[in-house]
Amino acid sequence: MSILRVDGLTRRFGGLVANNDITFAIPAHGVSAVIGPNGAGKTTLFNMISGFMEPSEGRVTFDGKIITGVRPEEIAARGLVRTFQLTQLFQNLSVLENVKVGCHVRTRAGVFAALTRPAWARREEAETDAKARALIDLVGLSDQTEQLAGVLPYGQQRLLEIARAMATEPRLMLLDEPAAGLNHDETAQLGTLIRRIAAGGTTVLLIEHDMRLVMKTADHIVVLNFGRKIAEGTPAQIQENEDVVEAYLGGVEMLDA
Amino acid sequence: MATSPATILRNPRQWLGQLPLAFAVAVVAYAIIDGGYIVTVVGFALIYAVFVAGLNIFMGYAGQTSFGQNAFAAIGGYASAVLTATYGWPPLAGIVAGMAGAVVCALLIGMPTLRLKGHYLAMGTLAIGLIVYEIAVEWQSVTNGYMGISGIPPLGIGSWELESDRAQLIFLAIVTALSLWATWRLRQSRFGRALVALSGSEDAARALGINVGRTKLIAFVISAMFASLAGSLLVHIVGFISPEMIGMNMVILAFTMLYVGGIGTTTGPLIGAVVIGLLPEVFRGLKDYQDLVYGTALILILIYAPGGIASLGRLAPKRRAAR
Repeated sequence: MSILRVDGLTRRFGGLVANNDITFAIPAHGVSAVIGPNGAGKTTLFNMISGFMEPSEGRVTFDGKIITGVRPEEIAARGLVRTFQLTQLFQNLSVLENVKVGCHVRTRAGVFAALTRPAWARREEAETDAKARALIDLVGLSDQTEQLAGVLPYGQQRLLEIARAMATEPRLMLLDEPAAGLNHDETAQLGTLIRRIAAGGTTVLLIEHDMRLVMKTADHIVVLNFGRKIAEGTPAQIQENEDVVEAYLGGVEMLDA
Repeated sequence: MATSPATILRNPRQWLGQLPLAFAVAVVAYAIIDGGYIVTVVGFALIYAVFVAGLNIFMGYAGQTSFGQNAFAAIGGYASAVLTATYGWPPLAGIVAGMAGAVVCALLIGMPTLRLKGHYLAMGTLAIGLIVYEIAVEWQSVTNGYMGISGIPPLGIGSWELESDRAQLIFLAIVTALSLWATWRLRQSRFGRALVALSGSEDAARALGINVGRTKLIAFVISAMFASLAGSLLVHIVGFISPEMIGMNMVILAFTMLYVGGIGTTTGPLIGAVVIGLLPEVFRGLKDYQDLVYGTALILILIYAPGGIASLGRLAPKRRAAR
């Protein structure tokens, strides 16, 4: 059973075909990855899946329902959340508040409740607070709770973005190059965190350049090149695939690592 | 951030951080006790504090721009003026009617306008302010054009009117305190977090399931309600309204107060309004050099307190965390 299906997804930018007739399915559990050289069309694919960009052709099915053309905020409400290649933290909010914003879609207090603070709203806010703190703990940022998000070092910003995405209680989380800009240790920690999130029941789909991370954490890999899918399978299968090796020309050692 | 009195005593830096607010409150208290000419000055400052508090929700929290807030002050002001002076409604009913009208107009105007971003939003809202000003000038049968409407009764409930300047000032102080309290509660809520979030990154806010368009629209409507309330208060205190009172100068003055006081801070609107309201009085003795010194003072404040006076006396990261 798959949680996400992409059927014949195509996106053209004028004469450029960024995604060409891409079809694959992501298993309902574990960690999957989309890999491919720069310019292979990975981020375009993510933008179409998460509703930020309309496909030229094809459709996206999430949890048995077609979500092509559905707005991003609605897709998030249905349980598909994404992060961004360039971290998009709320710089003027603290670490804690950033994660609380992630709880937004699962809570309901409005303007009137903000002013009058009825009992249910106070309870909801207390639950939001507890949940946010638990997620900050999960990603190891407990010491930074009151810190402004903008002043965190880059690696911690990445972790915070993941905690914030987790606060939406997603069934599927798309991570766009979560290891970009991380050092070796941080990448290793990230891998552990991703496995832990998947073990907790949230399916993870990542776009990644760091082959070591992908080969260690992903159960299922889709390979793109020049906007087309060129391979799909387990890490072992992908490493033996000649098309993939060719696409990564010179990257053979990296795959073996 | 909520700060209990105990932590304030233990942390002198936080105590220092509240000095600008203490100053503003002291000025208001002095005016109430003194009861002289300063009552008028502080009264205007408090009305503007309400106006700026609303602007702060839309500009400080949500990070949007509106050069057209005077339009909503005009709606409140003219609703109060016409309904009380011409039709004999009680002031409170006029205020509520004005705010209701402002809500409807903000919804109708906001839905198309808030699709704009950055400079385009600034231009769009500027146009709204100018259009409403023109309506106030041209719609003579209702607004009496440049002549304006006089004979607007003072604030009051039933036959009981706030006759004395001092009573009016106390009433304004209460309304201002309630306004700031409301903005503080909004900022500390799920709604307030969503506003500050979308000011940081609309894409990230959408990806997390926040309906950015609707959230901005609600912020716009709330700020319009504050503006309308301020407009109503203004005409009841002055007893008169003309288009000049709700023109572009109102927006410029409010912007100055917002930035000098501290945009995005809860107490900034009050501090900015009191300081900007007092400055011309302080420099009045300088006669010809008054405007020059006033301008210099503004520039100095913005250079040495770029986050506004409300954020003076706090460390840089702390200051921003307190937003």
